Amino acid sequence: MARVSKEERKSGIISAALKLFSQKGFYVTTIPDIAEKVGMSVGNFYNYFTSKDLLAKELVLYISQYLGDKIRAINESDDSSEIKIQKIVTMYFDMATEKPEMIEYFLRVYLSNREVFGEGCEGMTCVSPFITEMMIFFSDGVESGELHNQDFFSAFGLFMGYLGGMVFLFGEKILPDPLEEYKESISLNIYNALKTR
Amino acid sequence: MHSKQDKKLKLLWFQGVTCNGNTHSFLNLPNIEQLLENFEILYHPILPSIYSLEEILKLEENCDLFLFEGTYDPLMQHNGVELSKIVDYYTKHATHVISVGTCASFGGMFKATAPERNSGLIFNEEESFGPLLEQKQKVINLSGCPVHPEWLSYTLSMIVSDKEVEVDELHRPIELYSNLAHHGCTRNEYFEWKVDVDNFGEKEGCLFYKQGCRAPMTHASCNKILWNEVSSKTRVGTPCFGCTEPDFPRTDMFSTKTNMSIPQDTPLGVPKRSYLTLTGIAKTFHIKRLEGKLIDYKTTR
Repeated sequence: MARVSKEERKSGIISAALKLFSQKGFYVTTIPDIAEKVGMSVGNFYNYFTSKDLLAKELVLYISQYLGDKIRAINESDDSSEIKIQKIVTMYFDMATEKPEMIEYFLRVYLSNREVFGEGCEGMTCVSPFITEMMIFFSDGVESGELHNQDFFSAFGLFMGYLGGMVFLFGEKILPDPLEEYKESISLNIYNALKTR
Repeated sequence: MHSKQDKKLKLLWFQGVTCNGNTHSFLNLPNIEQLLENFEILYHPILPSIYSLEEILKLEENCDLFLFEGTYDPLMQHNGVELSKIVDYYTKHATHVISVGTCASFGGMFKATAPERNSGLIFNEEESFGPLLEQKQKVINLSGCPVHPEWLSYTLSMIVSDKEVEVDELHRPIELYSNLAHHGCTRNEYFEWKVDVDNFGEKEGCLFYKQGCRAPMTHASCNKILWNEVSSKTRVGTPCFGCTEPDFPRTDMFSTKTNMSIPQDTPLGVPKRSYLTLTGIAKTFHIKRLEGKLIDYKTTR
């Protein structure tokens, strides 16, 4: 049987912790819970992460990097802003459907327990890869004349707040249909709200 | 009868469409007298000269150095003589031609008087264009609105010393224009931590984010070779307008062009993605010392 590398182990911890934190909450989940789910001793766990807070920050960075890489690929395409919006919405909803723990963690742990993410994760520090790509998306859209020039956070809130809200409703089982069904209409709404007038 | 000073280089300073700004700037050179002792001034619009304008317009003398100030308008006339003929005649025998200021270098401010035909001597903004393209190897562009007197002094001194003036792709001396106006700016700590300034004339804060400062993308040594030996635009709280660059003057020079709050132009050679990553993180932190007046900051508790 192939030996499991340290990186694979670490990846296993991240995956298990994401699920536990997003299902049970940050404070209720303990390190022994995570260690047990990964199948390692608590002592060994500390070889990978020295505290639960540190793990929590690492998880935000992991999600932000994941989202940032996906949006970067979209940004680097020759697509119009309208198509890019469709692709970002699709990517985000697919992620919420296939890996709900990532978005759940972001919404229910990162945004709801800000006290945990103080030192070392201030402001945009831990979400920089994601925010940077959204800045590039908006900036390119204005430069090409497709999007209306406005304050970044006004546009960002409209875009990501909308998506986050829909995923939250989906997670709460309030939405009557799967997220898939909303991709087209939401993409169009976002584009209509952001396009040049 | 005119007195001729043998062995000195013959200098002729002529003007196209100009505000005289470069001439006036040059007069602020502290060692102007010593510098000009090296030259025989055939003609200058303000300084004592050997010949009058009328005599110069006879197109009979030759000069070693032809300094041209102002935008080149081929149809402009001086006492009935077309500028194109004057420039053509005097540059033929000159060993060096200096475009003094941004108008002469790239068209600059007065290009607007006749944009379809006006230009610098070898450039129309960044495009190769102008009356001296065939002898462009002898042209040195000293852009700036106006040119810094020390930059002109440096160039003239190099020529007098028979030293080669190495130039960049826009024919500007690299010794003077490889720096950015950002280098030596006393506000660099505010730039690093992304602390903006809201008003002009403030000692604290960076002018890049709101006030239109072009220093991080402008080739000029204004903050290394200070103006009047003491100051610069950014030091007194005015943004750099990027006056040494071919695209000068732009519009809305007192405001930073942004797209969704993001500066359209990032510091020279810095990819937008890298810049935004760094900026986003730097903005997160609040450095108390940089948020108020430095004089009010208590260094002891």
